[in-house]
Amino acid sequence: MRHTISIIVENEFGVLARVVGLFSGRGFNIDSLSVAETLDPSVSRMTIVTHGDEQIIEQIIKQLNKLINVIKVTDFHDGEFLDREMLIVKMHATEQTKPELLRLVDIFRAKIVDVSTKSYTLELTGDEGKLRAALELLRPIGIRDMVRTGKVAMQRGVGQSNGNA
Amino acid sequence: MLIECLKLEGVETIFGYPGGVVLNIYDALYSSDIHHILVRHEQAAVHAADGFARASGKVGVALVTSGPGATNTVTGLATAYMDSIPMVVFSGQVPTGLIGNDAFQEADIVGITRPCTKHNFLVKNAAELPGIIKKAFFLARSGRPGPVLVDLPKDVVVSKAPFKYPEKITMVGYNPTYEGHLGQIKKALKAILAAERPVIYAGGGVILSKAADKLTKFAKALDIPVTMTLMGLGCFPGSHKLSLGMLGMHGTYRANLAVTESDVLIAIGSRFDDRVTGKVDEFAPGAKIIHIDIDPTSISKNVKVDIPIVGDVSAVLDQFLGLMGDVDGKERKKHLAPWHKQVKVWEGEHKMDYGQGKDEIKPQYVVEQLREITGGDCIIATEVGQNQMWAAQYFTLDKPHCWLTSGGLGTMGYGFPAAIGAQAAFPDRVVIDIAGDGSIQMNSQELATVVQYGLPVKIAILNNRFLGMVRQWQELFYGKRYSHTVMDHAPDFVKLAEAYGALGLRAEKPSDVKKVIKQALAHPGPVVMDFWVAREEGVYPMVPAGASISNMLLA
Ligand SMILES: Cc1ncc(C[n+]2csc(CCOP(=O)(O)OP(=O)(O)O)c2C)c(N)n1
Repeated sequence: MRHTISIIVENEFGVLARVVGLFSGRGFNIDSLSVAETLDPSVSRMTIVTHGDEQIIEQIIKQLNKLINVIKVTDFHDGEFLDREMLIVKMHATEQTKPELLRLVDIFRAKIVDVSTKSYTLELTGDEGKLRAALELLRPIGIRDMVRTGKVAMQRGVGQSNGNA
Repeated sequence: MLIECLKLEGVETIFGYPGGVVLNIYDALYSSDIHHILVRHEQAAVHAADGFARASGKVGVALVTSGPGATNTVTGLATAYMDSIPMVVFSGQVPTGLIGNDAFQEADIVGITRPCTKHNFLVKNAAELPGIIKKAFFLARSGRPGPVLVDLPKDVVVSKAPFKYPEKITMVGYNPTYEGHLGQIKKALKAILAAERPVIYAGGGVILSKAADKLTKFAKALDIPVTMTLMGLGCFPGSHKLSLGMLGMHGTYRANLAVTESDVLIAIGSRFDDRVTGKVDEFAPGAKIIHIDIDPTSISKNVKVDIPIVGDVSAVLDQFLGLMGDVDGKERKKHLAPWHKQVKVWEGEHKMDYGQGKDEIKPQYVVEQLREITGGDCIIATEVGQNQMWAAQYFTLDKPHCWLTSGGLGTMGYGFPAAIGAQAAFPDRVVIDIAGDGSIQMNSQELATVVQYGLPVKIAILNNRFLGMVRQWQELFYGKRYSHTVMDHAPDFVKLAEAYGALGLRAEKPSDVKKVIKQALAHPGPVVMDFWVAREEGVYPMVPAGASISNMLLA
């Protein structure tokens, strides 16, 4: 099962290494990872996408909580959270493929952020399903290069997950 | 400033080894009343701090220089981390301006020790030093205890900042749970009272939480048999009739069968280590499992727990005892009589026995004689291997904090320096390291330390001229192909002791054993006893790795 885990950490020297070291040292998987400051600059939020059976996910959450610099760990379940990831993808662009590319840009509400004679670079934001669908359609046209940010996630509604709540 | 902080933390003794970047600290020590013991290898400083902590229940402290001094602490930290021992290690570091430059004797010790410490700190300026030291000691001793490393760059130690030791510290991310959940406790008690075949499985957490008395009261009041892990030995009196002895790979026949047949298993301060459970699916298959532990990660990590209780063992046992006012002792005895009868049957089916003849000294006999002649009133350290298991099986312990052994990591070379730490904490007590001829060679340089400080540690080498435990596995599982476990090239241990200025004694036949032990105990200084024991004696019972614990090889 894939899980999206949000971790609020003290913004201290070495804290990323502690979290990542925990995953590698105990054989847990990281599918994606993103980190940035929160509203409170002494605190950062990491979003980690991982997978494993129920027992492994339970251990991951407990082990994360055990780290001294970790303030709060939230495991987001289906539907309770918003998640987004950004993708920048550089496409082969020929006279034949350009119309199809523009059509896909429109459908997926992507943006063209750079053009050259042979390439279009697209910026696309969405949840996991949307990006997967877009990539499926883009791949046959010819991808030259691509980069993804990793997922960020937030609870829906009024609840906060920054540790102060 | 560092020294001031140590004094405020109540530190009286530290174990260390100097070097370039800690010269200033050593200079301050020169005129301070903190007792510093100069070891001969930094690994020994950390094990000594660990032994000090296990024996005294206080935080052990070690001090080393940067680079190689710091990397030499890694085994000691990992050993203490696995066994949750409260300890603070101070390492010197190159000046902050040089960090990252591959400066002379620079090592990223914070990076290296991250996975084998409870937490670690690099102090970046003098102003944060007192706060970090306070946190380090607090983290080491609170919650599930563990080693903490504090890395001290030279310029930070030298620079002056106004000294203020914080009264209180806050760590938003650190909040151990001490009291157990009352609902869970009531539920557990109900299950325990209804059980027909209950067993208590107690571990090192009972000792760390200083709850041996409470556990004993709890077990006696409910009339429940107690088995202990290697780390838990001493948390319940081993000679009490409710004691089943140790469980697991080299546990007793009755303990392993009782756990397997139990209907309620009460795990207290133990963590279902693979050396205890054997094959997990067949571990206490019919039991409802209750688990009391301060560390939530220990619960349901290896074995699914039915009633988890997160909390400090001591506090939780108090809560249990508070609810047990109306437990009727007579009624309990009647209720559990069939179970005790069954345990007795198992006890009769297989007794711990080794058959001491006239010619060869049996290692188990040496351990039993040590127990008999000391009356058990001493602190036992062990090395790792057969010596450790025989010590666990045959040196019946009745009290906590008298047993220093590397359980989780299984570190050869641990016992002797740990014994030094315990002896430093209790100069007047008898401290014995039960050793193998292989292990003792890993830190035998510390003979110089015990002689220098007049620490009267007694070492009992069960000398089989093999790396015995590995040999035993080769005998059983590798067709007796003794690949690189034969150690007939060892020093003459008597002469080795003498070379350092200690007393060396040897026993070659069974009739020498008592004499040697008595002579060693009568000697006021450190002694090495070299017992030439039956070379191919094995440790039994034995559960082969990965088998069910009810599946024991008995000889
Ligand atoms: C530092 C370290 N290296 C290797 C081992 C693996 N090992 C476990 S027991 C053992 C043999 C120990 O031999 P000895 O100290 O002579 O004790 P005996 O088993 O003969 O009592 C070895 C090599 C270990 N536990 N620790």
